[in-house]
Amino acid sequence: MAQVTLRDVKKVYDGKVVAVRDVNLTIGDGEFLVLVGPSGCGKSTTLRMIAGLEAITEGTISIGDRVVNDVHPKDRDIAMVFQNYALYPHMSVEKNMAFGLQLRRLPREEIKRRVTETAGLLGIGELLNRRPKQLSGGQRQRVALGRAIVRDASVFLFDEPLSNLDAKLRVTTRTEIKKLHKRLRTTTVYVTHDQEEAMTLGDRIVVMSAGRGVGVIEQVDTPLNVYRYPKNRFVGAFLGRTPMNFFDGRLVEAEGEVWFVAGPEDAPSIRLAMLPKHTEALRGRVGAEVTLGLRPSSLSEHPMGKETAAHSTIRSQVQVVEPLGKNIDVSCELPDGSPMLARIDARHDFPTSGEVKFYVDMEHVHLFEPGEFGASLLHPEGAPQNETATLASGA
Amino acid sequence: MSDRSPIEAATGPLAKLARPATFVALVLLGISFVVPFVWQVLISLSDRSEVDRLTETGFPSRISLDAYVRVFDQVPFAKYFFNSFFVAGWVTLLQVITCSMAAYAFSRIQWPGRDKVFLLYLGTLMVPGVVLMVPNFVVILGLGMFDDYTGLIIPAAFSAYGTFLLRQFMLTIPSSLDEAAAIDGAGHWRIFTQVILPLARPGLIVLAIFAFLFNYNSFFWPLILTQSENLRVLPVGLLQFNTTYGSDVPAIMAAALMAMIPPIILFLLLQKYLVKGIQLGAVKG
Repeated sequence: MAQVTLRDVKKVYDGKVVAVRDVNLTIGDGEFLVLVGPSGCGKSTTLRMIAGLEAITEGTISIGDRVVNDVHPKDRDIAMVFQNYALYPHMSVEKNMAFGLQLRRLPREEIKRRVTETAGLLGIGELLNRRPKQLSGGQRQRVALGRAIVRDASVFLFDEPLSNLDAKLRVTTRTEIKKLHKRLRTTTVYVTHDQEEAMTLGDRIVVMSAGRGVGVIEQVDTPLNVYRYPKNRFVGAFLGRTPMNFFDGRLVEAEGEVWFVAGPEDAPSIRLAMLPKHTEALRGRVGAEVTLGLRPSSLSEHPMGKETAAHSTIRSQVQVVEPLGKNIDVSCELPDGSPMLARIDARHDFPTSGEVKFYVDMEHVHLFEPGEFGASLLHPEGAPQNETATLASGA
Repeated sequence: MSDRSPIEAATGPLAKLARPATFVALVLLGISFVVPFVWQVLISLSDRSEVDRLTETGFPSRISLDAYVRVFDQVPFAKYFFNSFFVAGWVTLLQVITCSMAAYAFSRIQWPGRDKVFLLYLGTLMVPGVVLMVPNFVVILGLGMFDDYTGLIIPAAFSAYGTFLLRQFMLTIPSSLDEAAAIDGAGHWRIFTQVILPLARPGLIVLAIFAFLFNYNSFFWPLILTQSENLRVLPVGLLQFNTTYGSDVPAIMAAALMAMIPPIILFLLLQKYLVKGIQLGAVKG
């Protein structure tokens, strides 16, 4: 096992295209870290640099206390699972798993023992004599996992390993990967573009973006902290199963409180009083353009806490109602025409048309500076110090 | 009512004629391919004195295998056979080795200027072989390989075409396999021998067939490079019947027929690979 450290890592292709820059990460011994972001954000490039499959243009990468910038992949003591599995098509499952061990000149009995043990662990014992072509997608995935595990490497690297599986298998395999990690406690770096996969798997997640033309890290924290305290609008929009609602508006001061107002002066479509604890921080921003971020789950047709109708409600016209079982998704339209999605509890019936008043959970609203990467005004540094590491590591 | 499927029934009167017409055209084409061979067999089975009249009679009056016996009596035909197999066999083996290694370097290893060097390498295919004949001859002479097996084998041991063919084939093998092998602990040599070569097997077989056939049939280079009788390969050997013993047409036909047997067997056995190889060059080239 080992800690992996990236310091000021930068990758430039062909001397001109900057793929990623300013990558600073410390992946703790035994930690499960997920790199997540839309395509082109440099998450795979970062992983491949750790693996040694891409050269590093600037910066240093260390595994344990050894700088590995110029170390060949085979000498980095890593194992990797590829998106397309990369199983050797001409070898049996057993040989696929044994290949790495043979190259490391382990005794034959030891190889046999390890392969059998790992195959047992993954439930692929009866497939050992088959060729990859004769396996289903899920089975290939397991063999690829087995080939990585059997090596007993100090770092596991996963490059979108579930994206070729169907939705159901993806969820079950996800759980199994998590179980395996709990059991083996090997330092793991996992790349995915799926925010749900990232949230469920990672001890910590790294949200990356390519919005400014270069891949950079936007935020690093535990899944719940990133979800609750996005540092900027991009992170807020990227995480969460249903997309966050955004409304452009401005801050005004009235009745001793700071209000978010959107829409025309005389008939605003949204008028929300920010919580008193934020008043100090926001006072300096009064008059400025800001964007309100509202998760669909922060809306309710009943008051959720101390909200009062005058200070924390939004009126809207219901357009479409989609029952999902436990929840109902309500698509509606504000008086100024902007759309809004609410995810409410399905215990109560909900009107399928007409005007509805939603209560807003003001504890969980977000304010951002304008623009796609506008910084958060309420939590510019992410989670407050005393709230880190919720649900982390499970240790 | 017709019992034909709706698709067939829907076709017009012209389409009805198309099928028999195609059939007739194919039969005619087939005949035009087969007739020369039949003619060749007939000549090889006839008496030397009867050859001139065969165009009138159409069939030899007496079937005789004399011509086949003469082939072995008058020239060291078995030795020609051996030489052809020996030279083509070695060339094939060496080409498969050199071309696959070059193809690996051109397809799996990143090095500065790689694609430019490859283009240059491919460019040699544009130079007609005849142009290089004299320079090559001078070089071989200088190296002391004239009138020697090495002179027949070494110059043909490398092939830009073969390199191109295998490179195209290797490009279809996903690069994640090399990467997985590299992480598993393999260097280039192991990746080449244990991962890429086994997967490139169909490509290697295609190249082997092409290389063998081409060199088995090669005539001009062995002709100018060999003097001694015991170095002659089959195509050069066939020439002997024209010069030394006048024109013994039945013997020439008999010898040519026998020389054709190995390529035909090769073709029948490896037909599917040959077709694949032609597609490789055509579609992906």
